Amino acid sequence: MEAATAVTWLPVCKTTDIPADGGACALVEGEQVAIFNFARRGEWYATQNLCPHKQQMALARGMIGSAGETLEPKVACPFHKRTFSLLTGECLNADECAIQTYPVKVEGDDVYIGWA
Amino acid sequence: MAPQHLPTVVVIGNGMVGYKFCEKLLAKSAAFNLVVFGEEPRVAYDRVHLSEYFGGKTADDLLMAPTQWYHDHGITLHLGDAVQEIDRASQTVHSRGGLVQPYDYLVLATGSSAFVPDIPGVEKAGVMVYRTIEDLEEIKAAAATSRVGAVLGGGLLGLEAAKALLDLGVEQTHVIEFAPRLMPRQIDAAGSAMLQSKLEALGLQIHLSKATASIGGNGRIDALHFGDGSILEVDMLVISAGIRPRDELAKLAGLEVGLRGGITVNDQMQTSDPRIFAIGECALHGGMIYGLVAPGYDMAEVVASQLLQGARAFTGFDMSSKLKLIGVDVASFGDPFIAEPHSRSIVYEDAHNGVYKRINLSPDGKYLLGGVLIGDADAYSMLLQTVNNKIILPPHPEDLILGARGGEGSDSGSNVLDLPDGALICSCEAVTKGMICDAVTDQGITTVDAMKKCNKAGTGCGGCVPMLKDLINGTLTAQGSYIKNVLCEHFDYSRQELFDLLKINDVRTYSAALDQFGAGDGCETCKPAVGSILAGLWNDLIVKQNVIQDTNDRYLANIQKGGSYSVMPRMAGGEVSPQQLMTIGRIAEKYSLYTKITGGQRIDMFGAHVSDLPDIWEELINAGFESGHAYGKSLRTVKSCVGSTWCRYGLHDSVSFAIEIENRYKGIRSPHKMKSGVSGCVRECAEAQAKDFGVIATEKGWNLYVCGNGGAKPQHAQLLAGDIDKETLLKYLDRFMMFYIKTADPLMRTATWLNKMDGGMAYLRNVVVNDSLGICADLEAEIELLIKNYHCEWKEVVENPELRKQFTHFVNAPKVKDPTMKFETMRGQKKVAEW
Ligand SMILES: Cc1cc2nc3c(=O)[nH]c(=O)nc-3n(C[C@H](O)[C@H](O)[C@H](O)COP(=O)(O)OP(=O)(O)OC[C@H]3O[C@@H](n4cnc5c(N)ncnc54)[C@H](O)[C@@H]3O)c2cc1C
Ligand code: FES
Repeated sequence: MEAATAVTWLPVCKTTDIPADGGACALVEGEQVAIFNFARRGEWYATQNLCPHKQQMALARGMIGSAGETLEPKVACPFHKRTFSLLTGECLNADECAIQTYPVKVEGDDVYIGWA
Repeated sequence: MAPQHLPTVVVIGNGMVGYKFCEKLLAKSAAFNLVVFGEEPRVAYDRVHLSEYFGGKTADDLLMAPTQWYHDHGITLHLGDAVQEIDRASQTVHSRGGLVQPYDYLVLATGSSAFVPDIPGVEKAGVMVYRTIEDLEEIKAAAATSRVGAVLGGGLLGLEAAKALLDLGVEQTHVIEFAPRLMPRQIDAAGSAMLQSKLEALGLQIHLSKATASIGGNGRIDALHFGDGSILEVDMLVISAGIRPRDELAKLAGLEVGLRGGITVNDQMQTSDPRIFAIGECALHGGMIYGLVAPGYDMAEVVASQLLQGARAFTGFDMSSKLKLIGVDVASFGDPFIAEPHSRSIVYEDAHNGVYKRINLSPDGKYLLGGVLIGDADAYSMLLQTVNNKIILPPHPEDLILGARGGEGSDSGSNVLDLPDGALICSCEAVTKGMICDAVTDQGITTVDAMKKCNKAGTGCGGCVPMLKDLINGTLTAQGSYIKNVLCEHFDYSRQELFDLLKINDVRTYSAALDQFGAGDGCETCKPAVGSILAGLWNDLIVKQNVIQDTNDRYLANIQKGGSYSVMPRMAGGEVSPQQLMTIGRIAEKYSLYTKITGGQRIDMFGAHVSDLPDIWEELINAGFESGHAYGKSLRTVKSCVGSTWCRYGLHDSVSFAIEIENRYKGIRSPHKMKSGVSGCVRECAEAQAKDFGVIATEKGWNLYVCGNGGAKPQHAQLLAGDIDKETLLKYLDRFMMFYIKTADPLMRTATWLNKMDGGMAYLRNVVVNDSLGICADLEAEIELLIKNYHCEWKEVVENPELRKQFTHFVNAPKVKDPTMKFETMRGQKKVAEW
């Protein structure tokens, strides 16, 4: 919540571009960012698109869901089903390194990514 | 570097037993400075499963532990450096590479080498042994250019080597045995004869009572010359005439060795020098060399315990063995040869099916002493336990080998749970029945994999795995835990239960299913599983709910390495017209796709960008193609042979029937993919018996086989009904398929589904053919609905701009393709660039 870590909010796409309860990839400042529309919970998340396991540009095509009693929101890589927390980027079912997450906000039907 | 004051233990030999010793010692204490010398260039690997190297396993797959493991445990490892001298006076060893290493204790684990008899010509090129990975590489290379191969020695290892030659594609493989029968040390004469005829049926040529006098050839082997004057022309020879313990180092150091080789040890595995131990295949204990891995591991345990002032001793070991990989079950246990008056034997022989079983009982009939099993060794583990634990036999001991006489449900009277707690189940890792059951009750272990992690049971030769499974399930059932395969943490139902619930409640979306019957927000396990159930119920267009589908179903194409997709139109029955071939060629060229003929008789196009998929499909559909559903858990292809229209052997028109079947069931989603085939005669060119369902023409009609599998775990399909007409066959197939769709677990192929079904094939036949559950009318109506609802998913996408829009890599730059996707060229076509 620190306003000090000033992020620039970049408009990226429309809410309708991202399927409900699914994800899609956007090109942001030359980087591939996976954006997830967790419609079931009314939440939005964004992470790097690259899966650290076998370096595949694939996370945006993964299925999302929740893990455990805390309902940790997660995405599963479509290649070998490594799962990552959408909150912290941590790998939940293997020893892969954590993925980068980005802040997201929605205003009207515009989706913004917080770029540091 | 370990601190100075710790005692130094030097291990010579980094083979299976040397490695196991390090593992066992470290598990007990870290207060040693461990130094290992290995002559081979790589760390210890699993010699027992060496033949799997031919089957595609790599050297890395076979490693007992990666190099990192030694490093992590502070072991100093010298590979590719053999010890050439032991100086007992100064307590040092000297390596070929010039290292001098002091020791407090020395462990010799030098194993053995293949025994090469002194036949003139053994030094010729093309003559090999079978012991190390390097030997295997040499055999593989030689086999590639050999038409005729021979193996000298018809024992356990020789037969394994012969099978390997067959698998490597050597056209003619001969086995030469000096004794009058095969495996003379393990099995009796009648068993040998049965084994021989089974092996001959596999294509091996067996020569008994043959003494090899010399090996002919000018520098390179070209023939074997036998004592009886006969000659066999061969291109290669693998010698497997026994093993020779590697005692040369011990001999040189003045340690006591046996007359016929082997380093003499006492029950503590000490050699004549108490600071020096010998374990594994180089050790001679009680006049015996133990050529198996389990006793070697036990010896390792003894030395590890000795070094910590323990009292474990080695008191001999059971040499029972089960031969794997040869394609014929062979097992011997206890005392296989003992005869009257010390025992009475029961023999069962079925020449037609190639089964021979002999069990030897104590004269009073109370105890089992040993036996031989050929052709069917399922009972091996249980019989071995019965011998080892001196279990009192039931009144009709013949039931032990004739189990299934009373019909398929009859109980053979042997139950793993009846074994005493001390019964050794995994002899490689010394795990008893009590330890296994405790792991289930106290630590909540419920799977074999978890058991392997918990106490290493089943990680050695693997022979006890079936028994582990039975023990785990038996203990769970005895505990009263209801073993239920729930989908995942979000749905507390099995697939079958949920199928019924969703049907009765007319649920048509994943969200509704989760709201009514689940918890949480779902996951990558339950989403596609529910997707598959919904497809099996309603066959609605799956792209309408694409976010719950696995990526292949979401993009209606198979994702490949690097993130590109492959495109495969349907070619029912493998039939394709010249015009269609040209269309494919033109499209592949235009979009720069790699093309390949698949095992399912159609053409796959690889390397498509996700954003090109709709355009490619638009062109295919305009040319009359439709989706091949290669991406779905659904019917793939119905392979066919040429059939009676062209083939002079064909009985009926297999191609037309294959096309009819493929079109009938295309697109229907099932718990896993399904493959099929139709052959026009018993020559079976379509390999129908390796499929989920297969059809073979007979003089009187068609035979229908079900639940076969190719792939990693091949299983023959079984006859469901024979000599039936087309209409009946389709009716049975309708019922079979719908029953599978409704009752299998997620991602369970038909073969596994059948294997897990109580009552097996007899039950399935009763349901499908005799309508024993009274559900056949429903099954037929249900599948009729699915067939009626078929649509080409790609046609829907191509014609729908909203759906089409989803096929982009970047939502905010639809024209840009994934720049990380890189291709290179190979044999004039493209391939994914390696990272
Ligand atoms: C093809 C094949 C199939 C088999 N199948 C089975 C089976 O199904 N069941 C079963 O129980 N057993 C089977 N065996 C036997 C089993 O592999 C052996 O019993 C086991 O490997 C013995 O282990 P070891 O450590 O004593 O010897 P090895 O594994 O031979 O290891 C000894 C090591 O010491 C090294 N060495 C020797 N001298 C020196 C020196 N001076 N300095 C440094 N290093 C040295 C050797 O190079 C070797 O690497 C099979 C063997 C083979 C070859
Ligand atoms: S590449 Fe993502 S799990 Fe393997």
